[in-house]
Amino acid sequence: MGSTEKIKIESLTYAYPFSDKNALENISFSIMPGECVGIIGRNGAGKSTLCLALTGLVPKFFKGRYSGKVLLDGEDVRQISYEKLVTKIGLVLQNPFSQITGARITVYEEVAFGLENLGIPRDEIKQRVEAVLKALDLWEKRDENPFELSGGQLQKLAIASVLVLQPEVLVLDEPTSQLDSGGTKEVFEIISQMKSQGITIVLVEHKYEMLVEYVDKIIFLQEGKMIAFDEAEKIFSLPEIDEYMVGEPIYTKLCKKLNLKNSRGYYPVKFSEAVGILREARCGSDR
Amino acid sequence: MDLIVKVENLWFSYKSGKFVLKNINVSFDGVSTAIVGQNGAAKTTFVKILKGLLKPTMGDVWINGVNTKETTVAQLAKVVGLVFQDPSEQIFKSKVIDEVMFGPLNIFRDKQYSYQMAIEALKLVGLDGKVNEHPYDLTLSERKLLCIASVLAMDPKVVIFDEPTIAQDRYHIKKIGELVLELEKNGKTVIAITHDMDFVFDYFKRTLVLHRGNLLVDGKTDEILQREDVLKAAGLDTPYIFKISSSVGTVISKLFPI
Ligand SMILES: Nc1ncnc2c1ncn2[C@@H]1O[C@H](COP(=O)(O)OP(=O)(O)OP(=O)(O)O)[C@@H](O)[C@H]1O
Ligand SMILES: Nc1ncnc2c1ncn2[C@@H]1O[C@H](COP(=O)(O)OP(=O)(O)O)[C@@H](O)[C@H]1O
Ligand SMILES: [Mg+2]
Ligand SMILES: [Mg+2]
Repeated sequence: MGSTEKIKIESLTYAYPFSDKNALENISFSIMPGECVGIIGRNGAGKSTLCLALTGLVPKFFKGRYSGKVLLDGEDVRQISYEKLVTKIGLVLQNPFSQITGARITVYEEVAFGLENLGIPRDEIKQRVEAVLKALDLWEKRDENPFELSGGQLQKLAIASVLVLQPEVLVLDEPTSQLDSGGTKEVFEIISQMKSQGITIVLVEHKYEMLVEYVDKIIFLQEGKMIAFDEAEKIFSLPEIDEYMVGEPIYTKLCKKLNLKNSRGYYPVKFSEAVGILREARCGSDR
Repeated sequence: MDLIVKVENLWFSYKSGKFVLKNINVSFDGVSTAIVGQNGAAKTTFVKILKGLLKPTMGDVWINGVNTKETTVAQLAKVVGLVFQDPSEQIFKSKVIDEVMFGPLNIFRDKQYSYQMAIEALKLVGLDGKVNEHPYDLTLSERKLLCIASVLAMDPKVVIFDEPTIAQDRYHIKKIGELVLELEKNGKTVIAITHDMDFVFDYFKRTLVLHRGNLLVDGKTDEILQREDVLKAAGLDTPYIFKISSSVGTVISKLFPI
């Protein structure tokens, strides 16, 4: 296996400048090509900082105290040139307002901006921008000014401007926090398409009910430390999970209260499985 | 209860000819109300009008009996507090405590009292350990909580939250929900915009559905969230807790009251 990991983090410890607290502490894990990995944790757990570290913004942009390594295809992110990095890894920031360059006047131009910088042919730019804007239901907004969009529309624009670059690894920090249910489904639909194209995905998300349907594994952070890196049902069945107060999918909570587990001995995390188990329990209790 | 907020025949457009709010008639009293609707439905626009930051293109808004056209944003601020969707629209001081004290200082003109109000508000959101930090060193979830504290410190009669649960973990979503209940109990008029239907179900008695600038329905949360036709027409989802009970059958409520 050794050299085939897409992402490999080795004992990463990081503190922001002037902070005596580690935002990340001794984090190590690997992600294989094409895997989709979720990150969960409480406010301030280090989720966003980990996203910044994966893309090299920590420590290139955010200085501070840094030790350990983040490797993309075996190469230290700190050593990868900017031009190469943008095609390798893309980050959708937690705050969409920070993502917009403002260098362009319309939604369309904002999305095309990154591709122009990469010197992509005009026809291809047109086709890629159009596809992305349509997938996110922003096509009708293409001639509008990004600063006149609603919060949710702006969040979609931030996602579009990264997706259009078609990076090999996609990192999304709470991409659906301001989206309605339709927008949230669109984003997850896109994530699942990307996954089927072999793109590696890392996703911070508090909407566990959606997250568990799409991820292969979950990284669980607490106060900068990695508590677990495992399948969702194992994470949400950890005996000490309640003490961390991260919560769980609503139906997992229900099954926990009723002490209903699946055949593998874990609390169900997916909707259909939880429904099946709850129905069975209901038949049992009716009898 | 008095109708502390009253909206009559409200129309609004940012650019001439294209109305984003169409003939809205609604009022608010002490019952906590959730506003739901798709992205771009004009929820934020609506609450910015209540706060007096945008003026109706046509129609009127009365706050405490005063028409917003005949008063100033500064006067309104004593009555209406708005937690912005985007914290960077709200935050402008370089220290947490200064940010939260700014509003109270303007209203109460008393440094000691304003400080007390600020500290209490920061305690309520769990940020009292960060009084001396720069707001831009806070995470997004903390900046959002800071904005909540800034509004609470002014003790306004009307408290409006524009998507308060953005970036919050489940623990803080529950905290914010409990805060809504507490404010309601203390006689405040609470209005909150959110996309989280389970949050609506858990903490708000009344729900308004905005759809493309129209007020589609207005009523009891329990009833509206059951009306799948209305929700579907407005592009909205039912709460997860309903989805699971309808898929499993009636027994959920029997085994596990919801
Ligand atoms: N400053 C502005 N200038 C012009 N148009 C605007 C401006 N702000 C918002 N709009 C437009 O008005 C409409 C309503 O926007 P608003 O921000 O009120 O929506 P919203 O319901 O709060 O959406 P979201 O759930 O995404 O926050 C949108 O179509 C938006 O593009
Ligand atoms: N720009 C910054 N400067 C200083 N400290 C920061 C900065 N951003 C985040 N932190 C701190 O780092 C820790 C982790 O934050 P973050 O990664 O944003 O958490 P999460 O995304 O899990 O909410 C927190 O203690 C936070 O206060
Ligand atoms: Mg974060
Ligand atoms: Mg809004």
